[in-house]
Amino acid sequence: MTDAAAPAVRRVPARDGAALPILTVLAALLLVWYAASVWLNAPQVQERLERASPDWSVSDLVAGAWAMDRPVLPAPHQIAVELYDSVVGRPVTSKRSLAFHAGVTLSATLAGFALGLATGVALAVGIVHVRVLDRSLMPWIIASQTIPILAIAPMIVVVLGNLGFTGLLPKAIISAYLSFFPIAIGMVKGLRSPDPIQLDLMRTYSATPAQTFAKLRWPSSMAFLFPSLKVAIALALVGAIVAELPTGAQAGLGARLLAGSYYGQTIQIWAALFMSAFLAMLAVGAVGLAERGLTRIRGGRL
Amino acid sequence: MRWAFATLIAGAAALALLDLNKLAALVAGLGAVAACGAAMAALARDDRWPARIAVPLLFGVLLLWLWEMVTVGFGVPRILLPPPSMIAAAFGSHLPTLAADFHQTVIRSVIPGYAIGCGAGFLTALAIDRSPFLQRGLLPLGSLVSAMPIVGIAPIMVMWFGFDWQSKAAVIVVMTFFPMLVNTLAGLRAAGAMELDLMRSYAAGYGQTLMKLRLPAALPFVFNALKLNSTLALIGAIVAEFFGTPIVGMGFRISTEVARMNVDVVWATIAVAALVGSASYGIISVIERGATFWHPSFRQQ
Repeated sequence: MTDAAAPAVRRVPARDGAALPILTVLAALLLVWYAASVWLNAPQVQERLERASPDWSVSDLVAGAWAMDRPVLPAPHQIAVELYDSVVGRPVTSKRSLAFHAGVTLSATLAGFALGLATGVALAVGIVHVRVLDRSLMPWIIASQTIPILAIAPMIVVVLGNLGFTGLLPKAIISAYLSFFPIAIGMVKGLRSPDPIQLDLMRTYSATPAQTFAKLRWPSSMAFLFPSLKVAIALALVGAIVAELPTGAQAGLGARLLAGSYYGQTIQIWAALFMSAFLAMLAVGAVGLAERGLTRIRGGRL
Repeated sequence: MRWAFATLIAGAAALALLDLNKLAALVAGLGAVAACGAAMAALARDDRWPARIAVPLLFGVLLLWLWEMVTVGFGVPRILLPPPSMIAAAFGSHLPTLAADFHQTVIRSVIPGYAIGCGAGFLTALAIDRSPFLQRGLLPLGSLVSAMPIVGIAPIMVMWFGFDWQSKAAVIVVMTFFPMLVNTLAGLRAAGAMELDLMRSYAAGYGQTLMKLRLPAALPFVFNALKLNSTLALIGAIVAEFFGTPIVGMGFRISTEVARMNVDVVWATIAVAALVGSASYGIISVIERGATFWHPSFRQQ
């Protein structure tokens, strides 16, 4: 860390001694959160306490603020209890189980991610090998992401629903639309990453384009593919959640958020939010594991 | 060039024939697609800038034209996908509504939220930069938060800040803060060790090193975040409007007009959103080109 001449890439490593700073920041965050939940909930609690008895103490106020039914900002332990109750406390098949809703969202995420991966890789292979596609497609791929698909996702779901396509497919399409972009961009960069020297070497071996692709371009693209995949799977999750908004009070984390918003169930909203954060961590972690596995198979480098 | 003209003529002929004779329209249409392919292939070999712009432009026109041909030719129900001509007509006839939505969503929610979120992220990064301890604690959490579906906080923000633009701006602030923070921090670390040593040998203080070396070196990263955030902000505002809004705004328009089956108005709103997204991205790219002209990615070959 102190060595100024070390390569710039490794100056703030996540590993050496990061546990203490992270825990400190987390602890500070929790403190601020508890304080904020007292501050934000105080007006409502105060009103209730005044009504019950005129002589109430600050500790009553604090206790009240941390145990409200519909708080403005729930205390962290309330969210933890709600999470525990709705994940462990109910059977998984129950409509009130958060694990059930998370499962619904996760299946849409994975289906969309798979679709996006296939599309992104296919587009990248086309772009790298066909000059017309490179010139014509690339600008439109970038332009396609300036259309806020996420904002119009509910409309797509409703329209497809009117046609009889309900459930997984519309959500997967929206997930795929979001996740194909980073994959295509990363893959194009990766497939173009071999040095001209290496390409020349393949030519001296009189390798066919297919052989060059399989033995040089594809392997060297993997180092670019995996960071893109991490972004892509997080985006796929966002797409799946937003796509669930218009289905009303049905299944999935997005539906849960919307239902919570209709009925003012703040704790339920926060629990769904934490669940989705947990899913995002899990998904990104799984991609990271796959990356490490592939690295090991290939003898230490991607 | 000849092929491009052939494309236009064959394409126009196919559109005109669509109502009269399906078979003739199909033949003319196939001719137009072939001519367009030939035109793009010919132009793709040209490296001058008009050709570089013409190829994607031609491709875009081809897409719109195919869309029109397919939706009209196969009689696709307009609830599912209205043809571009109909969307253009809806755009023209609903101009005042679209302008009001634009004002509510973009001018009142997106721009303040974007400015506050990006500004706060940037200033926080400058503050954190002085403390390696905070940096090591915050960066992993920052990347964790950026993987989280932040649009999910929209219902909470609507509860806290009400239905009007304030809640939308709040969602945007939260969405844009972390990308800016993480990128600026990475950018502040981008100055090379040699250059830092040089600054030290000039006896430059922290402030001078920051202003003269590290901030300029961080600019490409900052612009990266600005570009990313410009589309994120628009998305955040529109999605937040699904959770409660006054009766104006692009998100409100999309959700109500879908319910009333006026899909052409919805697509006109989408067109506005796409135009705003592309324009903001383009404007920031132009500013970036001016501010970071020295960066290798802009250098001429």
